[in-house]
Amino acid sequence: MIYLDHAATSPLRPSAAAALRAAYDGPLGNPSGAHTAARRAKALLEEARERVAARCGVGPAAVTFTSGGTEADNLAVKGVVRAARSVARRDPTVVVSAVEHKAVLAPADRVAAEGVRVLRAPVTTEGVVDLDRLADLLDERVVLVSVMQVNNETGVIQPLDDVAVIVRERAPRAVLHTDAVQGAVWCDPAAACRLADLVSLSAHKLGGPVGVGALVAGGPVGLHPEIEGGGQERGLRAGTPAAPGALAFAAALDEALATRAGDLARLEALRDRLEAGLLGACPGAWVNGAGAARVAGITNVGLPGVEAEPLVAMLDAAGLAAATGAACRSGASESSHVLEAMGHDTAAARSCLRLSLGWTTNDAEIDTALERIPALAADLARGLAAPVP
Amino acid sequence: MSGGVDSSLAAAALVDAGHEVTGVTLRQWRGPAGPGPGGQGCCGLDDTEDARRVAAQLGVPHYTFDVADEFRDRVVDPFVAAYGAGRTPNPCATCNRDLRWGWLYRRARAMGFDAVATGHHARVVAEPDGGVALCRGRDRGKDQSYVLALVPPAAWARTLLPVGELTKAQVRREAARRGLRTATKPESMEICFVGRGGLRRFLGARLPLRPGPVVDRAGAVVGTHAGAAGYTVGQRRGLGVAAGARRYVLDVDPAANTVVVGTRAELLTDRVVLGGPVWHAPHLAVGTEVEVQTRAHGPVTPGVVEAIVAGGPDAGAAPAGGPDGDAASAAGDALVVRLAEPRPRVAPGQVVALYDGDRLLAGGIAR
Repeated sequence: MIYLDHAATSPLRPSAAAALRAAYDGPLGNPSGAHTAARRAKALLEEARERVAARCGVGPAAVTFTSGGTEADNLAVKGVVRAARSVARRDPTVVVSAVEHKAVLAPADRVAAEGVRVLRAPVTTEGVVDLDRLADLLDERVVLVSVMQVNNETGVIQPLDDVAVIVRERAPRAVLHTDAVQGAVWCDPAAACRLADLVSLSAHKLGGPVGVGALVAGGPVGLHPEIEGGGQERGLRAGTPAAPGALAFAAALDEALATRAGDLARLEALRDRLEAGLLGACPGAWVNGAGAARVAGITNVGLPGVEAEPLVAMLDAAGLAAATGAACRSGASESSHVLEAMGHDTAAARSCLRLSLGWTTNDAEIDTALERIPALAADLARGLAAPVP
Repeated sequence: MSGGVDSSLAAAALVDAGHEVTGVTLRQWRGPAGPGPGGQGCCGLDDTEDARRVAAQLGVPHYTFDVADEFRDRVVDPFVAAYGAGRTPNPCATCNRDLRWGWLYRRARAMGFDAVATGHHARVVAEPDGGVALCRGRDRGKDQSYVLALVPPAAWARTLLPVGELTKAQVRREAARRGLRTATKPESMEICFVGRGGLRRFLGARLPLRPGPVVDRAGAVVGTHAGAAGYTVGQRRGLGVAAGARRYVLDVDPAANTVVVGTRAELLTDRVVLGGPVWHAPHLAVGTEVEVQTRAHGPVTPGVVEAIVAGGPDAGAAPAGGPDGDAASAAGDALVVRLAEPRPRVAPGQVVALYDGDRLLAGGIAR
């Protein structure tokens, strides 16, 4: 199979698989317990915490393990807002970019339904958050700003350093959160942690196991827990921590960052070849966010006359895994809010194919993709344009 | 694959027959439930998951295609507009025409598939002349050929309806024998997007429903209605008319917010006019004897094709019940059938299907 859907989930790295096996290859108690097996689990968990923290340039206490990126985003958005309201901050305002993942937008909608003012910062036609418009939205009342590090549909890198400067200046009391779920493998997570107060990470996007993520605090933040119970994770996230998963997460992060320099150059060349090939072979094709800084791992291509949903099914039948945009619950893709925020109409947004590369992607896969995608896209476009047979 | 037992078994039967099968579920709205006022409705997320699980069980790929915009534009909005114009639409028939054998059929062909298959209880039967006919399902009580009556007939040659040969009981038995998780799933009976709140509540959220007069033929006010749109010609209950002889809705005029009622005798007519007829059989000439069906599982009435009207307004062919409130539906091709005996007038907007025994001859929308 040609796997070009790393942005949805990336195959488990050998180091992560080894870490999982090693963790289970021994007595594994509940880290909260008071016996040898419990102490071993606790030791694995804390080793994982130290390794993730080190990669983020923070202390171990700054790392809260979660069930993944979505939970980390929920904890950040709802946790900051509820903490702010508990100290009677009047008229709290939340500002999120229009191209955030649903894991940020949905909790923002939730707090909006609870009476919080939520504003969406628009993006340019290249998918970059509009800094002037963002600045206009900021004032003393803002308690949270959430701008992602890298967009999951387009791969566009957000100007987090500029965002941080504007937020500190205009909204000094705001917590700056960044969803680095897509960015961590391409950008330095430590850079995100220097700029933002809270950073969401997910293991499986960078070759770790599914079901593990973290919310990392770049600085002191008032946060209410979302999941309450036994007070694990310093009271921020109750529930028995997944020690083996956390350790595998740390291993995957270590491997991703240790091999990062070489991977970046290699995958950038593959991505460029893929894009050039598609633009050359598919009439009228365009790359979303082409004018912006983008990571090498994601390319989002508009194919005129094509609908991405049936094309993805055809590619699947031809042994190639691709995506229309963000995969959601039942495999259907709604018209992308990201592409619409960039100014595309529904028809244009529905013609966009997301191909995402990762640590396993090689030259042969790109060769095959360049054989199959233009041919199948042309077949589909012809069929859609013809009278119904 | 709706996630119901019929389409599940249809997929299984096709796999057994050696077809290269791909499952598709059309996601007709976004969010976990339907678009009803309380978010209610069937064919939601759970049904999609059932379809995915069945496809996985059969070892075939499954895709969910988002048709929420098309469903709204082609089915839900016209449904509301038809009620707003005093008609009683059949959204299942337009959904089959515009989504299953419209949107999906076109894409299936463009993707290189040879045929579209569904779990409808109807049969595609080869004709001696090489053509194909659409026939009622073997289970007469579950026959769904009526809701296929508006589908362009050119599609039948590339349509497979595997469960049409089976009774519903056989379908359930077969599904259970194969261990399909949908084997015992209850059937959906209501219009899928209206939901448990009911039609009035659904329409009330989309149309201005205000109380108004119920009048008799002479114009005398005999009661008060809750908003003319949503009443159906032929309806007897819920008219808010004081006791006396039984009254039936004769006409619905949302523009004047008036419902006209009368006796059963006043409702009777011996003509049915099919607007925009779809021909499922050739050579349907004037004088052809047909059987007329005006409800999904309703009885048939014998009749004779009286006139075939091509194009243009044809008010002269309109039945005695009066205008149906929409100029567009009074124009275009029409097929007039004279019934063997007078029957209550078919509510304008309803699907009328003409049969010769099991064979579907034509379909259209009652004027």
